[in-house]
Amino acid sequence: MIATPELAPLFDGVEARKAATRNAYGEALLELGASNPDVVVLDADLSGSTKTKAFGKAHPDRFFNMGVAEANMIGVAAGLASQGKVAFASSFAMFATGKAFEQIRQSVCVPELNVKICATHAGLTVGEDGKSHQMLEDVTIMRVIPGMQVIVPADAVEARQAVLAAAEIPGPVYVRLSRASTPIVFSEDYRFEFGKAAMLREGGDLAIVAMGVTVAAAIEAADILSGMGIEARVLNMSTISPLDRDSIASAARDCGAILTAEEHQENGGLGEAVAQAVVGTHPVPMEMCGMSGSFGQSGTGDELLAHYGLDAAGLVARAQQLLNRKQA
Amino acid sequence: MTLSQQDRAAVETAARQIRIDTVRMVHAAACGHPGGPIGMADFMATLFTRHMNLTPETLNQPDRDRFVLGNGHTCAGYYSILSQKGLIPRDELLTFRKMGSRLQGHPHRTPDMGIDFSTGSLGNSLSVALGMALAAKSNGWDSRIYSASSDGESQEGQIWEAATAAAHYGASNLTVLVDFNNVQIDGYMRDVMDVRDLRAKYEAFGWHALDVDGHDIDAIDAALVAAREETERPTALICHTLIGKGVSFMENQPGWHGVAPGDEDARRALVELGIEGAELEAMMA
Repeated sequence: MIATPELAPLFDGVEARKAATRNAYGEALLELGASNPDVVVLDADLSGSTKTKAFGKAHPDRFFNMGVAEANMIGVAAGLASQGKVAFASSFAMFATGKAFEQIRQSVCVPELNVKICATHAGLTVGEDGKSHQMLEDVTIMRVIPGMQVIVPADAVEARQAVLAAAEIPGPVYVRLSRASTPIVFSEDYRFEFGKAAMLREGGDLAIVAMGVTVAAAIEAADILSGMGIEARVLNMSTISPLDRDSIASAARDCGAILTAEEHQENGGLGEAVAQAVVGTHPVPMEMCGMSGSFGQSGTGDELLAHYGLDAAGLVARAQQLLNRKQA
Repeated sequence: MTLSQQDRAAVETAARQIRIDTVRMVHAAACGHPGGPIGMADFMATLFTRHMNLTPETLNQPDRDRFVLGNGHTCAGYYSILSQKGLIPRDELLTFRKMGSRLQGHPHRTPDMGIDFSTGSLGNSLSVALGMALAAKSNGWDSRIYSASSDGESQEGQIWEAATAAAHYGASNLTVLVDFNNVQIDGYMRDVMDVRDLRAKYEAFGWHALDVDGHDIDAIDAALVAAREETERPTALICHTLIGKGVSFMENQPGWHGVAPGDEDARRALVELGIEGAELEAMMA
């Protein structure tokens, strides 16, 4: 586990400091383009939105726009990787994983190739585009494939480092990124470690294990709970596969109750992954905050997170239910 | 342009061996796909003996030619030709499809044997081959990327995504050989899903496309030379074949797409392929 890192102040005056993880991806790609000649980038006609366009301008010979054809894009990325390239392939999460699931399994994961699928516009916070674009099942269908390594950065600071790390990690990697600007959680001193959770806050009454945009909500919820005399440990579980079972086991032992939070279906997502580790190590009561088997709808990201109970208030309410079960 | 008698005989020998090995491997496995590889034997033999620069000596050269078997279920013939090239031990062939074998029911990427990619799911292959072709161009290699595909695989939409992109990127180092035998698992293509004129389709997608008699070794060889000489466009060779060609009772029979011959049929097939006497008895033992 990464020892409690210094966090950025979530609220700087009245406005939270925010940035989109997809922007951090674009910046990291530029760094990789300069430092690693084997890096190639593919996109499916969304390079302005996924932020791969800047790489394409800087390295036109190493950028392949594959048009609106995601299955082919993943296959081509696999072919490039089989010849020694480190292939980053991007589209919206809905299409990159949904349309190309079979190609990811057969052409990337079976031959264990260096394809890094960095998918943007994941989750509810894509907002107004609605349910057709709100990918809420991607972590499930990626983490279930043998050999696929899954990273969900909590903010732009972590996203940049995760993308740089993905280029170095052997084999397939899926990185889940957001469209919306979301709160900056980490200070620039934070060091992402692949496969390791970071403890963002100490606490012994319950542990909140979160990924992605819900990490900021988890920190805010822990502050509110603290005001009520409840101390919550907060874990940023940015690597979903392979999962940091030790951190989860410690949290279960030390806190006796675990709440998970994800902008994703509960079925097969972070909650189930954590539950699998908990029942295999130190069973304790759990509650899962995520999508309970429904699609999303149009709205702003913040409205949607609140509506589905994934903001700080929603997490606090579920934490209180969990503590009732723990004490029963 | 025709081959010398000696060159043609070498290809014919390799093609016959593909047919014999396929019958023996699928018979020994008691499952698998005999008709396709037997029908593809002539163009696979021509490609691997005269064009692909894959040998034990070049195996680890990054800039050697590559091959992706799109219709992965026909891999018995692929394993046979790799074995004939010295990349798979001959005595390993009969482990095909058995527990623990490197010769999986559909090919798994195995650099030691020169198997360049994992296939088996139809439709995925041409994209992968295009990726290899783009990598070769980007590295300044003059290697060639070959892919085998089929009429049945051409029903998959991803093939046409890849065809669009290959033409767009001018992947002239890419050649696909399409086994067009008019047969798929559920029956004759005209009854299941007719793909019609694949040469015209590839041409419309911006490819250099040729119809080829898939059993005429001189014609296949000439078409592969033409593919090599094309400098702007990828090439599609639509190889018109007969499923099971060379084993009379398998020819043009959809039933032999995915059924293994039993003892009696394997013996008949081997006899038709010119195996007799003690050699036949040893093979059937």
